[in-house]
Amino acid sequence: MSQKMLLNSKEINIILRRLACQLVENHPNFENTVIIGIQPRGVFLANRILQLLEEEYGIKNIESGQLDITFYRDDFRRSIKPLEANKTKIDFIVEDKQVIFIDDVLYTGRSIRSALTAIQSFGRPKEIELLTLIDRRFSRHLPIQPDYNGRQVDAINDEQVKVHWQEIHGEDAVYLLPFEKTEQEVIPQKKDTK
Amino acid sequence: MSELSVNHLLGIKYLKKEDINLIFKTADHFKEVINRPIKKVPSLRDITIANLFFENSTRTRLSFELAEKRLSADVINFSAASSSVKKGETLIDTVNNILAMKVDMVVMRHPNPGAGIFLSKHVDASIINAGDGIHEHPTQALLDSYSIREKLGEVKGKKVLIVGDIKHSRVALSNIFALKLQGAEVKVCGPKTLIPKYIESLGVSVETNLIKALEWCDVANMLRVQNERMEISYFPTTREYTQQFGLNKQILDSLDKEIVVMHPGPINRGVEITSDVADSKQAIILDQVQNGVAVRMAVIYLLASKINR
Repeated sequence: MSQKMLLNSKEINIILRRLACQLVENHPNFENTVIIGIQPRGVFLANRILQLLEEEYGIKNIESGQLDITFYRDDFRRSIKPLEANKTKIDFIVEDKQVIFIDDVLYTGRSIRSALTAIQSFGRPKEIELLTLIDRRFSRHLPIQPDYNGRQVDAINDEQVKVHWQEIHGEDAVYLLPFEKTEQEVIPQKKDTK
Repeated sequence: MSELSVNHLLGIKYLKKEDINLIFKTADHFKEVINRPIKKVPSLRDITIANLFFENSTRTRLSFELAEKRLSADVINFSAASSSVKKGETLIDTVNNILAMKVDMVVMRHPNPGAGIFLSKHVDASIINAGDGIHEHPTQALLDSYSIREKLGEVKGKKVLIVGDIKHSRVALSNIFALKLQGAEVKVCGPKTLIPKYIESLGVSVETNLIKALEWCDVANMLRVQNERMEISYFPTTREYTQQFGLNKQILDSLDKEIVVMHPGPINRGVEITSDVADSKQAIILDQVQNGVAVRMAVIYLLASKINR
């Protein structure tokens, strides 16, 4: 099975702008709103959204953080691979704040379940919303749905949806690929610039 | 690498450099966790840990217990003084009885060197050595190196001096293994009677003049004289020991550079280190204690992730 491109750079750009627009609609000045990128890959999306909010709508200094959910996952000692933690960086208390979780792909919903538990260590938020770029519908294990969604995707369970970002992969794209394929295999070959 | 190469933490001797790096990386995350408003994560909620202390301890036992509780493990405590050990029960029997209550991990301090290694061969649980006689105290060495790394950026290439009772110190031996593994230079200093003859075979140099040794080092780890392990007299009087090997503010200020002062505790103030040094800015003794919880959380977390996998 070969990889298939679900979204290209242009489509992603349009979607990101729409998502930023929807956020501004519900949070006009982001006064009491904080943006939390879910580690590891939600952080890239969160940064893009923050950048767009600043460039397009002039909303600066939005409180933002990165949340790692490794220690809150429900598959500790159950997953085949050992779980490796990432950095959590939340320099504020979320007590009574409107929190927006940002992650790239919503699949089973278990990561978001873990994030909901993890965020409680930083206070009791007033409300929590979820923004995702890709929603793999029909594959949820838990009753969790996104409030803001880029694109719904139907993928069977042994397929993987992988989001590539300019910052790390050299391109913006979303691929559908067979589960076991490693990251390196789908990184596009850079042209020789000798 | 995202997994330890060992199933037990019996000593630094059995670890690889990559293991130490992984423990430190994981400890960084836990250090952030223990500075949150709510300092607890639910990772180990299905793990039960027994803390078996056949020898006295304050810091290590509290530190382990706190680390276990911060990870949401269930904890049972045992101290030899109030147990059936006094009635003649053997170590294996004691531990197997505890394991029959479905315990997954054992943290053990024992006066006999090698007690942890012995236990790991005979019982079915993950063992963490919290000090076995005069042999090793691996978590102490890890937290010492972690504290050096935090203070000075890295351990590699740093000159570390260990002063005091090297002969009876499990902290010294574990520290030597850990520091050498990470590429630090190690020197020991103390009365000749308290420095083992073979020590140079571990790649460690020896200096009996404290001032000279301090001028050489970036970090001085001041050890306690372990009177409880001495059956004979190794130096004439405590006063004479202090005069030759005690660190005071006057000596510290006379050095050309600012060195980092460490102590694994408990401190005998006025013997190996004076109060003004112990409470000075250069001393990172309380940082060591705080880092101890994070490092132990990392060790327990990483070992627990290997249970029944």
